[in-house]
Amino acid sequence: MDGIVELQRQLIDYTASLFHEGFLDEQFNQLQQLEDENNPGFVVEVVTLFFEDADRLLNELTKALGQPSVDFKSLDAHVHQLKGSSSSIGAHRIHRVCISFRNSCEEQNVEGCLKNLQQVKHEYSLVKDRLETLFRMEQQILNAGGSVRR
Amino acid sequence: MIVMANNKISALIVDDDSIIRKIHKTMLERLFNIEAETVKDGKEAVELCRSGANFDIIFMDREMPIMDGAEATKQLRAMGVKSTIVGITTRAGGEDREEFLAAGSNHCFEKPLDRAKVEVVLREHKKFTI
Repeated sequence: MDGIVELQRQLIDYTASLFHEGFLDEQFNQLQQLEDENNPGFVVEVVTLFFEDADRLLNELTKALGQPSVDFKSLDAHVHQLKGSSSSIGAHRIHRVCISFRNSCEEQNVEGCLKNLQQVKHEYSLVKDRLETLFRMEQQILNAGGSVRR
Repeated sequence: MIVMANNKISALIVDDDSIIRKIHKTMLERLFNIEAETVKDGKEAVELCRSGANFDIIFMDREMPIMDGAEATKQLRAMGVKSTIVGITTRAGGEDREEFLAAGSNHCFEKPLDRAKVEVVLREHKKFTI
C-alpha cells in the first residue's frame, strides 16, 4: 500500500512541475476532468492523437520551408492547425511558439519561420517526453492496483 | 446541480481539427449531458441545417478551409436558423469577434472551449437551468 501512495505522491509532484515549468496549462486539467470509469484513458487517447497530428504537421512544415519558393499561405494553415490542437490539449509552450510562428508567416519572413520551426520541434520533443513519462507513471500506479484520479 | 428543464439540448460542433472535435464533443456529453454532432467545415454545417437538421446550439470554429465560421454563420442566419451560435476563434484580437457577431452569432469566445464558457452559453438558453 505504501508503494502506491509513494508513486501517487511522485505523480502529483511531477504533474505540478509540468505546470510550473509551463509545459502544461489549465486546459490539460480540463481534459483530465473528462476522464472517468466510463471514459478511462481519454487523456492518453487525445494526447496520442495530438502526437500523431503534430508529427504530420511538423513534416509538412519542414517540407514547405524547404521549397525554393515558400508558400506562406499553406505554411500558415499548418501552423494554425498545430496552434489550435496544442492549445486544446494544454501544451502551452508549443502554443506560444505557434503564435510567433504565425506572425513570421504573416510577415513572410523565411528566417523567422525557420527559427520558429526549430523552436516548435524543440518544445514538441520536450513536452512529448514529459507526457510519456507522466503516462508511464500513471500506468505504474494502475498496474499496482492504485487509482490516478480524484 | 445542473437540471434539464425540458428535453436534452442538442449541439453541433463545427471545426476542421479532429482533436478539437473529439475534445469538445466529450466535454459537452460528459459535463453537460449534451448530445453533440460534429462536422469538419462551415459548408457541411450549412448543408446539414439546410437538409432539415435542427440544433439548439452550434459551436462554430472561425478558420476552416472551405467555408469559414463567419460566412457559415451568415448563411445560417439568412436561411432562418434560430439556433444559438457560438463563434470560437483562435485570435485574441477583436476583429474576429466583431466579424462573428456582425454575421449573427450570439457569442464569441477564444479557443479552447471550456466548462466556464459553455456555462455562460447555457445560462442564456431557455431549456436549461443551473
